[in-house]
Formats: sequence, structure tokens, C-alpha cells
Amino acid sequence: MSRITFEKVNRSFVRGGESFQALADVDLVVEDREFVAIVGPSGCGKTTLMRMVAGLEFPSTGSVRVDNVEITEPGPDRAVVFQAFALFPWKSVEENIGFGLKCKGMGAVERAPIVKRFVELMGLASYESAYPHQLSGGMQQRVAIARSYALEPGVLLMDEPFGALDAQTRVVMQEELIRISRLNPRTVLFITHAVDEAVYLADRVVVMSRRPGRIKEIIDVRSVRQRENWDSLEHIEEVMDTASFVHLRTHIWRLLREQHEAAPAH
Amino acid sequence: MAEVTPGSRRSGRRLAVLSIAGMVGFFAFWQLLALSGWFPERYLPGPAKVVETMFALSIDKYSGATLWGHLTASIGRFGIGFLLAAAIGIPLGLLMGWYRWLDDIVSPFFETLRFVAPIAWVPFAGLWFGTGIGGPTLIIFSGAFPPCLINAYRGAKFVDKRLLEAARTLGASGPRIVAEVLLPASLPSILAGLRVSAGIGWQSLVGAELIVVGSGVGYMMVQGQLNVDTPIVMAGMVAIGLVGVVIDFTLRSAEGRIKKHWGR
Repeated sequence: MSRITFEKVNRSFVRGGESFQALADVDLVVEDREFVAIVGPSGCGKTTLMRMVAGLEFPSTGSVRVDNVEITEPGPDRAVVFQAFALFPWKSVEENIGFGLKCKGMGAVERAPIVKRFVELMGLASYESAYPHQLSGGMQQRVAIARSYALEPGVLLMDEPFGALDAQTRVVMQEELIRISRLNPRTVLFITHAVDEAVYLADRVVVMSRRPGRIKEIIDVRSVRQRENWDSLEHIEEVMDTASFVHLRTHIWRLLREQHEAAPAH
Repeated sequence: MAEVTPGSRRSGRRLAVLSIAGMVGFFAFWQLLALSGWFPERYLPGPAKVVETMFALSIDKYSGATLWGHLTASIGRFGIGFLLAAAIGIPLGLLMGWYRWLDDIVSPFFETLRFVAPIAWVPFAGLWFGTGIGGPTLIIFSGAFPPCLINAYRGAKFVDKRLLEAARTLGASGPRIVAEVLLPASLPSILAGLRVSAGIGWQSLVGAELIVVGSGVGYMMVQGQLNVDTPIVMAGMVAIGLVGVVIDFTLRSAEGRIKKHWGR
């Protein structure tokens, strides 16, 4: 069981002697094995929310819990996939994927079959002994995802994981992620500013407003996905072509646009 | 100091020609000055005399050993002092880069002591550690230690924060982060520090050997000075310079190989 709870989360910063609020009263529950995407304009605090679950940042007031345990530090039960991959350049693909397992105290013999499984799952076979700089961006992100999945974490945190990839690689990776999260369901918190991606991947999409970041609306995608049987369609473009998808996407775009227009002009 | 940056082969050849011309000019000028008779030979031994002395020294003993014997003794002492400096300075620098409390404890002492020239330790080095191996080793160590520590520390401080966050979220402990993230990430900085450290350590050698009784190039030079045997002193200077070049070249090629192996 891995259930993420944000309760009355506030976060304020002091910059140049002036304090401003980044997050205001965020209440959200991500159920066990649910895939929740958070979208919003840059500066809405969506990455900060994810980093709070990772234990890399903390709320000013309020509480962030996983299975009702307050988060005080990072831990391998909450794996993170970063936008910039953050692979260790001096470690091979295998060593990168096995790093978290090694930290758990597993020996090389124990690690090998697990690493192998995720190498195969992520389509990295024959690249095991390559170094990150020898791989394309897409391949590097596959390694980073494999590294996180190998820990079998209860919670998977993804911070714009495909943001640094070109459009075609991005689509391939989105399909891969759907495939892998069907095989290995996890509680996923996925941060993005791409609306298409959020609707395609998530069970629910949380739309946030700009400064102070607060939850504007939560859209249930899962019921639409099941009703319209998106999973029977093989490719992302077929899903994106359905009326139901277009409708959801347009709805979210409107929400984002409203707040953009409501924002004070500078 | 021939830093050859991307350029044509022709400019490389031109640099080589210029280097050789400079050297030839320098030695010719020095030899002429020595031959001119303006100074007694004791004041300025010419290059021919120095080379001759070096050959003689490599066969006949002077102050107890041949030039090779003195060099071996010196290189041995240097090696111990330098390796000790690296073995303590690098881990300590990395740990200080990760553990703030250690940084706070060590920094005040280190920041003060590193301004004390290695040679200033001579009286105490002899008193505390004797004039055999211990005393000279301490002096070389005091010169070689700061660059090891500073470069490891700076390397650790400038590691990509995202890699540290990735390591922490993957469950890495402090010691593991130091060994598997900070150390490899700081390697270029550490290797550069080792080269500076070897240079200063080797330079400190003569100072170190002023207090040694039996052997070493520095000792040989002190004896030469006492006997007003200036070609011996000059031969020692040349030997120190040449060995320094060899040490630097060795470390530089090791640096190149390691960087290539860990390539990014």
C-alpha cells in the first residue's frame, strides 16, 4: 500500500527580504496504485509538491505523508525520475540501474537478475555496459526509469521526465510508460506542463493555478478511459484522435488559459 | 609550458622550433658568459662544467653517495610524503565537502596552517620526527597536503546537485555518496590538485634535506655549498629540475588516461 496525502500544504519563500507564497492550501490524496498527473504553468509549485514527497523539500505548514507517515527524508520507497536524467556518468547502464539495489545492501549476485529484468523491460539489452554519454537522450531516460523501477518502490515520482526529449522520442517513451505501468502498477505522481501527456497517461489530472499555487480542478480521466476503451487502441495518436480525449484536453486547456488571462499583466 | 590547443600541425612544429631555439640560445649565452672570464668559475659554473660534474657524480661518490644514490634517497622521501598527503588530504577534503560539521571543525586550523611555508617546519620536524625519514617527510607533507585537500573539497562542493539528489533518493548513505558520487565526480579536480601537490612537495625537498644528515640531493647540495664546490650545487639544481619534469609528465599522462577511462 502506498497512498500519498497532502494536507493543507503551504509553502512560502523569502526572496530579497520579501516573502511570497508558492503553494496555498493544497489538499490531495493519491490512492494506492493511482497515476496522478499535475499540470500547471511554470512557477505554480508543481515540482515543489513532487519534491516534498521525495523528501527533498518540506512544507512551511501542513503535512505530506505516505501511508500516514510524515516524510522527513528521501528514501528508496519513493523513487524519482528527474527531467535531466541524473545518471551517474562514471557508471555503466547496469551499474546505474543496480545502484539503488546496492544501497539496499544487495550483493552483485543478488542484483544481477533484477538488473537484467529491467534492462529487458526497458529495451536496453546489449547496452548494459555502455556509459550514459554514449546513449541518446531517450535511452538515457530509459536507464533512469529502469533505475527507479528496479527498487520496486511504492511511489514513483516523475518530474517532467520527457521534457528534455524530442517530440518523436517523447511519444515512444509515453507509450512505453503506459506499457510498463500496466505491468508494474505503482502509485505515480507525474509532473508535466504538457496537457496531452497528462491526459494520455494519468488516471486523474490535477490542474494548478499560478502563484500562489493551488489546486484549481481535478479531472477524472480514468472513467473516460474505461468508458471509451482507450486501452484497446494501440497508438497514442489514435487515443488522441478520439472525441473523448479531445474534449478532456480542451477542457484542461481552457482552465489553464483562464488563469493565464486572470493573471495580472506585467 | 607548451599548451598546444587545437591548431594546425604547422603551428605545432613552429612551437617546437621556437622551444628548441630558446633552449639553445639560453645555453649558448650561459656558456659564453662562463667562458668570458668576467666571473670566477665558482661564481657561475658554465653548462659544460655542470654536465661534466653530473657525469662525474653519477660514477664517483660525493658526500657518501653518487648522484643516483642521492636522487633515490630524495625520491623515496618525496614519495612517502606525497603519498601520505594524498592518502589523508583527498578523503578528508571529500568528507569535508559532504559533512558540514567536519568542515566547520577542520577549516579554521587548515586555513591558518596552510600559509605556513613548509620550510618553517624544519626545526620542529627534526625535533619531533627525527632527521631520518620522519622529519623530511613531514616537511614534504606540509607542502603537498593543502592542494590535495583543497581540490578534493572544491571538487566535492561543485558536484552537480541533481546527482546528489538522485543518490539520496536511491537510498545512498553518506559514506556511499562520498565514495561513489563525490570521489568520481571530483576526479578531474583531484588530479589537477595532485599535480600541484607533487610540484610543491618536490620543491620542499631541498628544505627538507637541509636537516637530513646522510643522503639526498638537497644534502649533497648543502655539502657542495659548505665546500664552496658550486658546480655540485648547480648539478643538484639541474637534477631537481629534471626529476620535477619527469614527475609532472608522469602525473599528467596518468591524468589523461584516467580522464579518458572515466570519460563523459
